[in-house]
Amino acid sequence: MVEVNLAHHRPSQVISLRRVEALQEVTPSRIGAGATWARLEQGPYRGLAQAARTVGSPQIRAAGTIGGNVGTASPAGDGLPWIAAAEASIEVRSEARGTRVIPWRDFFVGVKRTSLEPDEIITAVLVPDDLPEHEEFAKVGVRNAMVISTVSCLVMRGDDGIRVALGSVAPTPIRATRAEEMINAESSLSDAALDEFARIVSQEVKPITDHRSTEGYRRHAAGVLARRLVERSLR
Amino acid sequence: MNVTIKINGEDRAVDVAGAESLLTVLRNDLDLPGTKDACEQGECGSCSVVFDGDVVCSCLVMAVDADGSEVTTVEGLGTEDDLHPFQEAMLAEGGVQCGFCTPGVVIAGAHLLEENSQPSEIEIREALSGNICRCTGYGAILRAFETVARGDV
Repeated sequence: MVEVNLAHHRPSQVISLRRVEALQEVTPSRIGAGATWARLEQGPYRGLAQAARTVGSPQIRAAGTIGGNVGTASPAGDGLPWIAAAEASIEVRSEARGTRVIPWRDFFVGVKRTSLEPDEIITAVLVPDDLPEHEEFAKVGVRNAMVISTVSCLVMRGDDGIRVALGSVAPTPIRATRAEEMINAESSLSDAALDEFARIVSQEVKPITDHRSTEGYRRHAAGVLARRLVERSLR
Repeated sequence: MNVTIKINGEDRAVDVAGAESLLTVLRNDLDLPGTKDACEQGECGSCSVVFDGDVVCSCLVMAVDADGSEVTTVEGLGTEDDLHPFQEAMLAEGGVQCGFCTPGVVIAGAHLLEENSQPSEIEIREALSGNICRCTGYGAILRAFETVARGDV
């Protein structure tokens, strides 16, 4: 709608999906694309609920959906690090070719660019059934409400180790795979190990300097957030 | 496309084009200019309305999405002779200066007070976090909530 209001797009035809209730369902394995942030704040996914809670304002959370976040594919999309950490897939559908399930890595291809075809709609985020037990999200921005992330981070911790996903530090949401490998090879999470982990996260991200922040600040904040969330997941 | 929206209790039929926003339809087609048009990107809250029970930015709602829905605008909150208690309290406390944010603030404030007659300061600040006021510094607006909660209006 913002792009329409600013006259960047003038669609001659629109289809209203607001009343398609099946698109709003949230289950342990599937999040309907029409699920609002206000709905996702209620769970059942803890990290996603934490992220939902930080989106915009009550007005935005009542209207904005995870499907909109996925389709917009902003590097700063607050729901996207959770999708990356969960190894979720995006379910899309066209009348001509039916349903496609696209792993998140193949769906997000660049800044605000996805592999969605023009005749497809996003129907759901599909959630694997072996999610790690612990999920923690945090983001950095210039104020508390109505803020676009400068850096966002989602950490999951479970039997298979620690997963770290970040937003606003690359064209798409990313996983800090080198930092994950390093920390998951440690026998204990000592202060020294966590320092090294944060250093690798900072190295591994690929942020830019723009009107919201600088590359250097984003690298620093990415390491701080990742380390803090790992510590939080241990409490 | 023809849509029918129940606005302030009255069914209103209107022909909307493309992805036109609910805000432009309210202001331009339905003669309801109380809902203000400022940022057009959901940041300022001056276009807040109650939409099927939720406060939303009407600039971010497609008018076609509002077909069959219920909308309350500031015009439906009270009349000059019979203001909503929160509107009375805003006047009494000086919560209005330039007035541009006020329709959105009273929509969000009245909605909170209807759901929670004794909100805490944190709950008030949270409910107002999508409504930007550049004049008052919010102090007088916060006092207006206390005035209503005490039953002084």
